[in-house]
Order: sequence, then structure tokens, then C-alpha cells
Amino acid sequence: MIVDHDLVIVGGGLAGLAAALKAAPDLDVVVISKVHPLRSHSVAAQGGINAALGNHPEGKDDSWEKHAFDTVKGSDYLSDQTAAELMCQRAIPVLYELEHLGVPFSRFPGGVIAQRPFGGAGFPRTCYAADRTGLVILHTLYEQALRRKVRFYEEWLVTNLVVREGRCYGLLAYDLHSGEIISIRAKAVIFATGGYGRVYQKSTNALINLGSGIGMAFRAGVPLKDMEFVQFHPTSLLGKNILITEGARGEGGYLINNQGKRFMADYAPSTMELAPRDIVARAIQTEINEGRGFEGEYVYLDLRHLGKEKIIKRLPGIREICLYFGGLDPIEEPIPIQPAQHYSMGGIDVDENCASPIEGFYAAGECSCVSVHGANRLGGNSMLETVVFGQIAGRFASEYIKDIKGSQSDEKALGYIQDEAARLQSKVNQWLKNKSKRNVYHLFHRLRHLMMDKVGIFREKKKLAEALEEIREIRHEYRHLSLWSDCLHYCQEFITMMEFESMLDIAEVITMGALAREETRGSHYRTDFPTRDDQHWLKHTIARYNDGRPQLTYREVKITRYEPQERKY
Amino acid sequence: MGKYVFRILRFDPQKDKTPYFQEFEYESSPKDAVLDALLNIRENLDPTLSFRHSCREAVCGSCGMVINGRITLACRTILESLKDKLVIIEPLPNLEIQKDLMVDLTPFWQALREVEPYLQPAESHPPKGYRIDAKQMEKIYQFINCILCGCCYSACPVVARGQGYFGPAALAKLYRFVRDPRDLRPFSQWEKIDKPQGIWGCDTVFRCHDVCPKDVRPADGIEGLRRKLIVEKLKKVFRRKPK
Repeated sequence: MIVDHDLVIVGGGLAGLAAALKAAPDLDVVVISKVHPLRSHSVAAQGGINAALGNHPEGKDDSWEKHAFDTVKGSDYLSDQTAAELMCQRAIPVLYELEHLGVPFSRFPGGVIAQRPFGGAGFPRTCYAADRTGLVILHTLYEQALRRKVRFYEEWLVTNLVVREGRCYGLLAYDLHSGEIISIRAKAVIFATGGYGRVYQKSTNALINLGSGIGMAFRAGVPLKDMEFVQFHPTSLLGKNILITEGARGEGGYLINNQGKRFMADYAPSTMELAPRDIVARAIQTEINEGRGFEGEYVYLDLRHLGKEKIIKRLPGIREICLYFGGLDPIEEPIPIQPAQHYSMGGIDVDENCASPIEGFYAAGECSCVSVHGANRLGGNSMLETVVFGQIAGRFASEYIKDIKGSQSDEKALGYIQDEAARLQSKVNQWLKNKSKRNVYHLFHRLRHLMMDKVGIFREKKKLAEALEEIREIRHEYRHLSLWSDCLHYCQEFITMMEFESMLDIAEVITMGALAREETRGSHYRTDFPTRDDQHWLKHTIARYNDGRPQLTYREVKITRYEPQERKY
Repeated sequence: MGKYVFRILRFDPQKDKTPYFQEFEYESSPKDAVLDALLNIRENLDPTLSFRHSCREAVCGSCGMVINGRITLACRTILESLKDKLVIIEPLPNLEIQKDLMVDLTPFWQALREVEPYLQPAESHPPKGYRIDAKQMEKIYQFINCILCGCCYSACPVVARGQGYFGPAALAKLYRFVRDPRDLRPFSQWEKIDKPQGIWGCDTVFRCHDVCPKDVRPADGIEGLRRKLIVEKLKKVFRRKPK
């Protein structure tokens, strides 16, 4: 079966929906999502979205330039400054646009949108709706999509991107309902497929965040950028690693070690708990590693002094998570927390128009790397990125389609797609024919533990080299796996089989990038090279798929007005 | 760790004539959620077991199902909170089974579309955003907690009668907009819920309140709509000029 569309957007989270809402209305647009759009991981974002509105009494002197500076400094100077400026400038109109679309932001006295302090920000500029900001923004954009009658293919997993001669021609997708592989011809494709959090054993991400969009694009020939930069969130609930928002510290929460001390005083004396995430996560892990944690595993996030009223009003979701998943009430007890993988700064290499080097292929949101977050993302900037760059992707992909009108050979595209589909079919047939003793989940968990142990918060040459070798071993075993299920009707094992290949690619690129980058910058901390080295490493890592192996090259960082300086908080 | 028995309703309409129960024994931590146990069973015992899941933190609304007779989210039901080591798991009622624990939510989403669930503000917006009193905004916070998991729809005895009732979630969503100070939808537009499939269908037995994992209390919204509807109708009567 072949389906035809002008623009195909893959992913129904914030970036995908923002793109769909900004796509030209006269185009034939469809959003494909492997889950119902409201089940996307964007729904779990909690703390807020940054924009220099200046509504907070202490934020009167805030401006988009200061927001851009904080973003660049937070990135450890690896973000492209033109991109950071673009995002922070667009933040203000985008925020008002979201409010007009129906997002029920919390309010300050006087009725203006409320803002709270967040890590690494010079002013309180994070707009929020209690601690459910992602939920309300995702629902609002979905509601607008219903209003605009946007078309969705729900529960289709895109499996292949068809790229030939530097141009994107379409996609293949697995329809869970029918169990069939469907060929899709498109004039342009936008990937808004999210991050790869579950490549790590401990992650705050949804279970569906396996990163297959990134891996698929990579294997189709699209370069990846800065993949070694992986954000670990300082505060995830012990056990299930559910996110405890940075907003909890923004509202005044303390981090406490087993001596009852607010240990951030030793790491970031002026900003304390509100230093950027890379610094706080490392501080917590250092406390734990040096025996000042509890049971060798966690420290406490203490909210008790905020009082019952503030916790119930500003952090109701956090309280609910603690009650149900931690068995404690943060009004009465401190929360046991530990760092966990949270965000991927790196991703599909795109420019400020969200265009990749492949013609007709765009990417936005966490799966992409523009780059605005550089080596470390600030809290409150990820939802901002999804909406700002989702919109940009929708606009530029639409313009591209209008420019190429009629110049694309439909016959040629059809041939390429059929060729890709035949290859996929033979791979699936092989999986059904193979007889392996173990299923894909065994390798899946092995990879996730490996990445956590050897490519985590603290990195060193020996462990990284070992990890790289083991990833290649796991890949070898993956080639001989078989599918245990005997049919493809709602087959979630098949989904994991397909996506696991991308997890391997992502793991390999992260590890290679981390091994090559002999410095410490933002989230990438090398115990054997503990300082930043601007002379050699103030540059983006670009990974290309070359004959089955990633190949690394480097690219200059765009610097406009903020000269790199030492990063102190 | 302890040995649990999971008795799970299985059904593949492509293969099976009728649904049947299958038992799995699995060593689980009492701290695990039912969703963890289901994932373990799929990964280790039967990869064909189908169920939806995403966030594992009760915010995405994927994993509504019936656990020991109670409609709830599998991710938030911790094994030790169950009385028994026998865990009986069934798909959400009032909806067609697609496979095993996956149900077809099409009628649920259709009902949502019926109420036009999007903000309908004035043509022109204040450039720096609306000024809304914090208290007024907080009044809709109860309803924006809804994650559209469909638990209330499944529990609703009126939906079970199969006469096209919109169900609690869709009506609560409508109330969220009717109460939003920015929303200017005319009364004539939402008056279409003035029928048995709309707000008058509710039996006020509050099964939706019992099962809602997010404490939305959808029937509060339905009652709110009823009150508002009556007030609007009276206004209409009094505004009518004598001929």
C-alpha cells in the first residue's frame, strides 16, 4: 500500500504539533505518531517554559538578550549564539501565542502570567501552570489541531526514512492495527520524534523514548551533532527515577546530604541549588560517591520548609508523585533523589530553519540539534525549543514544498520507496525465520546498563573504550536475533526490535564522541581531562554514517556577542 | 520479592473466538507497579502480550485497565497495595478489545470532538496576554488535570447503555472552556449538550469520581454545565421582548 502526502510530520508531541499548526493550510499534511499524540513524552514536562516577560517583581530588568546570555553560558559556550538569540527573541511572542491558544498559565496578582526562578537563569523567567506545564501545553496544541482538523495516523511506527542522492522521498511505517508495513511518499518530512532517554538504564523519560527517529535519520545519511552531550537531571525520585521538577528548587527546595548540610555551598556558592543541571547533578553524584549520601544511592530534596500551602498550590503534581510512587508526603518528609538521564542536547544536525543537509528533510525538538543547548540545556528551555523550532520547521518545510512544486519525479520516488520496502521486508522475514534462544529485551537491558555504567555522568578513556567494544558486540548479537512473536498484529516486540537498532547507533555515536572529546564541557565530564579546552574543543561534533560505522568531523561554533569565559555560578 | 500470579484476559480478534484468561507466575518486588509486572511478563514469558504504556508516571493516560475489579492506571497501582498475590487484569470495559488489554478508544475521542474542546477567544488578543485573576484561573485547574485516560468513560453506567452518551471526560472538558474567562463561545454553540446524550444523561452515581486517577471529579463539571445552562435559558426567556 502506498500513501501520498505533501508534508509528513513524524511525532505528535509539542514540536510535531507546533509544526502541524504552522504548516501552510493549503498543503496536504499528516502527523504520524507511534502513540496517541497526548501520550507523547512532552506531557510529562513539569516546571515551565522560559520567556523574558519581566512579570516577576525581581525580573523587571530581564530581556531576551539576558535570556540568550544565560542560555549560552549554560551551554558552556557550545551553543550557536545566533540560534540561542533567535530562540530567546521568539520566546516572548510565542509565549503570548500559547496563552491565546488557551494554555492556562498560573497568574501573579494583577492577572499577568506567573514566573518562577530556574537553574542558571539570571532572572525568574520560567512561566508555568503549577507543575503540569507540559500537560497543559500539549493538550492545548492538540485541541488546536482538532480545531484545524489536522490529520493523524496514530499508532504507526515510522521505521525507515527513504533518502537517495541527498534528497528525502518518503517513509516506511508499521501500522500496529493492521500489522502491515505502509509506504508513504512525501515531498518533505519533519522529524519531531523526541529524545533517546531509554538508552540509559536510569532515565526520567517515558518508556517510549527509544530515539528511533534519530537513529533512523542517521542510517539514512543525515548527520548527527554533539551527541556526546547527555543531560542528567539532578533530581529524580529514587526507585522509578520519575522527574522531580527543577521548579521544586525554584520554589526554594534544599538539597541535603547525610550530614544535614546544604552541600551546594561547596559547588556553586552564589546560586546554590539553582546552579545549572550539569553542575548540580555532578555535585549530587560526588556526594553519593564520597559517602555523604544515604545508603550509597541518594541525597534528600527537602521541601518541608516551604509549607503545606505552597507545596499544594505550586507543586501539586510533585506531591502526587511522591505519595503514589515514593510512599511519602513531601510536606512531612524529605524526598530521596538521585540523578538520572533526562535530555539529549545532541541530535539530528539542522540549521536555524530546521533544515538538515538532506533536501526535504527537517527536524525539530529534542530529536534535533540546532544547536541552542550546546553542552548543557537550561531548565525551561526545552519546551521553548519545541514550540519555537517546531513552528519554524512547519513554516520552512511548507515553503520548500511550494518551491519544488512539480520538480519531483513521482515515479522515481515510488521506485526508491519500493526498493526500501523490499529491503525491510526481507529483514523482517529473516527475523521470523531465525531461531534465537534470547529475545531482544535481553540485549536491550544489557545496552542500557552499559551506557549507565560506562558512558554516564563521569567518563574516562578506559571505560569509554570498553563500552564502545561492547556496543559492537551487542550489535553483532542483534543481527542474529529472532522475533518470538508469530504475528505482527499489535506486536510490541516488533517495535522494540525495530527501535533497538537505532539505540545501538545512538549509543555508538555518543560513546565515540565522548571518547574523542578530550576535555570537560557542560554535561560531558572527563575525569581524565577535567577542564574545558577552548583552544582545541570549542567546536561541534558531527557524526556521519559511513559504511556501517560512524565517522566524526568537527564544525566551528557560531559566536556573536558573548565571548567564552570561565563558567562560575 | 514475592511470587505473584497474574491472571490476564487475552484476546486476539484475528485468532480467538472468545476472550480467555491466561495465568502467569512471576517473581516481583512488592514495590513494583502492575505495569512493571506486565512489562516483565512480556519481556520474559510472552512477547505477544499487548497493552499500552508510555510515561509510567500517571500523566500520559495510556495504561487504564481493570485490576482486581477496579478501573485504574496500571503504572500507579503498586503490587503491595493489592490485598492479594493473585492479580486479575482485564481491559477497560465499555470499549471494544483490539488485542489483550488494548481497547479501541475511538468513541471516547469522538465524544471529545463533539464538544469542540478548544479555546474560542475574541478575534483580537491583548498583545501582552490576558489579565486573569489567579483565583479565576485556579477554578479550572481541577479540570485541566484530566489526562484523558478514559477510565471514567469505562466506568460510566450511562455509557454502558450504549445510547451515544458523551461520557464524563468530554463534558468536564467542555466545562473547563465554558468556565475559562478567555473563552467567548456563544451559548447557542454549546447548547447542543442540552440532550440525553449530553448533560442530562448523567445519572449522578459518581462512578467517574471513584475511578478518576487525577481527582478531576468530572460530575462537578456536568453539574456546573447544568446550572449554567439553566441560567442561560432563563436569561433568554427574560430577554425576549413582548410582541
